[in-house]
Amino acid sequence: VSVPTAVGEAARQARPWRLPWWAYLVAVLGILLALSVLEIVTGATDLMSSGTVAATLIATVPIMLAALGGLWSERAGIVNIGLEGMMILGTWGAGYFGYHYGAWAGVAGAILMGALGGLVHAIATVTFGVDHIISGVAVNIVALGTVQYLAALTFTGLPGGGQTQSPRLPDVQTITFGGLGDALGEVEQQDIVLISELAAVLRALVTNLSLLVVLAFLLVLLTWYVLWRTPFGLRLRSCGESPIAAESLGVRVLRYKFVAVLVSGGLAGLAGGFLAMVASSNFRDGQTGGRGYIGLAAMIFGNWRPGGLLAGSGLFGYTETLGLRQGGTSVHALLLALALLAVAAAVLQLRTGKFQAAFVMLVGGVVLGATYFSIDEVPSDFVSMTPYVVTLLVLAFASQRLRMPAADGQIYRKGSAG
Amino acid sequence: MSPRMTRFLLGVSAPVLALLAAFLITSLVLIVAGDPVGEVWDEILSVPETRNVANIIDNATVLYLSGVAVAIGFRMNLFNIGVDGQYRVAAFTAAVVAGEAWLPGYLNTVLAILAAMAVGALWAGIAGLLRAARGVSEVISTIMLNAIATFLVAYLLRQVAVREAGSNALNTREVPEGSRIPNIPIGEGGTADIHGFIVIAALVGFGYWFLLNRTRFGFDLRATGQSTTAAVASGINVRRMVVAAMLLSGAVAGLVGLPILFGDAFVYGSTFQTGLGFAGIAIALLGRNHPVGIALGALLFAYLDEQSNPLQILVDVSPDIVAITQGVIVLTVVISYELVRRYGLRLEQQRVARELRGTPPEKREEVAV
Repeated sequence: VSVPTAVGEAARQARPWRLPWWAYLVAVLGILLALSVLEIVTGATDLMSSGTVAATLIATVPIMLAALGGLWSERAGIVNIGLEGMMILGTWGAGYFGYHYGAWAGVAGAILMGALGGLVHAIATVTFGVDHIISGVAVNIVALGTVQYLAALTFTGLPGGGQTQSPRLPDVQTITFGGLGDALGEVEQQDIVLISELAAVLRALVTNLSLLVVLAFLLVLLTWYVLWRTPFGLRLRSCGESPIAAESLGVRVLRYKFVAVLVSGGLAGLAGGFLAMVASSNFRDGQTGGRGYIGLAAMIFGNWRPGGLLAGSGLFGYTETLGLRQGGTSVHALLLALALLAVAAAVLQLRTGKFQAAFVMLVGGVVLGATYFSIDEVPSDFVSMTPYVVTLLVLAFASQRLRMPAADGQIYRKGSAG
Repeated sequence: MSPRMTRFLLGVSAPVLALLAAFLITSLVLIVAGDPVGEVWDEILSVPETRNVANIIDNATVLYLSGVAVAIGFRMNLFNIGVDGQYRVAAFTAAVVAGEAWLPGYLNTVLAILAAMAVGALWAGIAGLLRAARGVSEVISTIMLNAIATFLVAYLLRQVAVREAGSNALNTREVPEGSRIPNIPIGEGGTADIHGFIVIAALVGFGYWFLLNRTRFGFDLRATGQSTTAAVASGINVRRMVVAAMLLSGAVAGLVGLPILFGDAFVYGSTFQTGLGFAGIAIALLGRNHPVGIALGALLFAYLDEQSNPLQILVDVSPDIVAITQGVIVLTVVISYELVRRYGLRLEQQRVARELRGTPPEKREEVAV
């Protein structure tokens, strides 16, 4: 029998304001609509073509997997800046095991190598209580050296292989619904507002879709379920929020942290394996290009939540793609959208009486708009820079709304609960 | 053994332990991989020739500056992961300023160095401001700023670069001869020479020591690093200290690329050395943020890098093996310092217990205090 109590009432009010599930659908459709209108207004036709969507998917997945790795470890209270190193290990694992034993062995090898990096991080941070950032930096240095050393050792002399790259790797299976893709392609050509964009997205999803992409998105879902809907997940998160309380309730804190960092490493390794096997066709030195760090940023951007992390990695993936595909005009077009958004936000802020914020937004909008009209194309370096600047801005202006696990980054020693 | 002696031995044993562990782990990797362990160590531990010594000192100078830059942050519990980006924008700025040669001779050099420090400080200051004003973790913001610096400098380089005929390299205008920093000859008969910038690096090291240990500002900084609450209680403006520490760290980071620029390369180009910032983190840790310790750490890293170079040709082993050694050193050094600290604590407790046992109860309080 539930009796409405003062405590219950307070809890209900304190609960964060949640959107219903259809709101997300509307938001996605809204973004698609906005992009399609933008395509018409500015003539930047590659903003939402199926080619762009497919490339975005490929660019997003490694960042998303790395972010997922970060989520696992940070939810257990261990900051994992070593994601980059674990990804690097994963690229080599995919290269070595993929070449010798086949595509899925490559996937397993990537996960294994990443988990090995996670093991080092776990031993250092959980067992020995080393500062998390220091250990992460060390993991990155060790991983880079190890992989360069191993690559020279194992790939030299193989056909197409060398000191810095592996031979061509076997492909992971892809799914294609031939007829459906072609039909959607025709719809896409029609240039109907919104419908064409929807068709483009669907077409990218039914043509040459790598099974690893599917697996990656399933892993996000699985992570959400395990961490937020099972006792195991609750205990794991409690280690990141308040290890002392968790231990006093009988949770084996160190064991949970250890497992979390291992899983984190495995996911980062898979991200590296994806880069080697799906995003390109072999292992290459320097393939990760800092995506481990980007993953970390995407996770923070997403407020340490699976859904947010998805949005964050999508943003990074999309801008990375635009940088590669005649991005100058596309980002130029996006400038206009951003300018309008900023002005709209300024009006909203003005209505709620926040004059200072409104002023800042308005100035930002005007500057963006002026930029749009004064140049014809955004230089490619600035396109590539966009996600980093956006992340920095999000951190600067929304950091009060971000909430990381309360005991994130703190060193915990067993029995310190007293 | 006197307590002082014990403390000294404990202090020395930690890095020795770490080096030993790194040595063992590297050897293990070599054995597992089937590479000739003995020959590799023979080669690495052989006495370097004068020419190699010069290279080691040159590299160590650069690494030292990077280590000091990181250490300034460390003393305040700030992680300046962004030294990479800071020295990139700074070295580029210095190259442009020096290349334009608005002032004659060494005035030009001084101007370029000051510009580099200012730009480095500014770049780090963004992270400092974000941390102080908005509570953004400097780890994340400096990582973002590193990436932004990479793209920004790549773009700017393309705008100002002078293209040489028949070359694909993008370079800034060359530093005029009168503004270069002369090299210092070493060895018998001056067979090799080292970057003159080493003098400035040494001054930076001294300045770092002086500022932290002999000024009120340094005291405030260290106090804030050790206990923010205590710092606040004693009237220190923590936010201002955060920004100041980042600015200082960035200013020193701005110097990192300059020994190469003024002593060797004379231009900033697309092939300018990167990744020195992360090495600086390792070296600051190795040297325990102490100006002399950092110098030793920098020399060790430079030594490993230089001595591993011929491995590929001589014994057919990838020189990247020393990167494993270096990374392992970072971990083992931190772990062994922690183990030694715990051991020292236990020794201390045992000593107190022993002395307490030997004194009558009424006198115990004096000993305990």
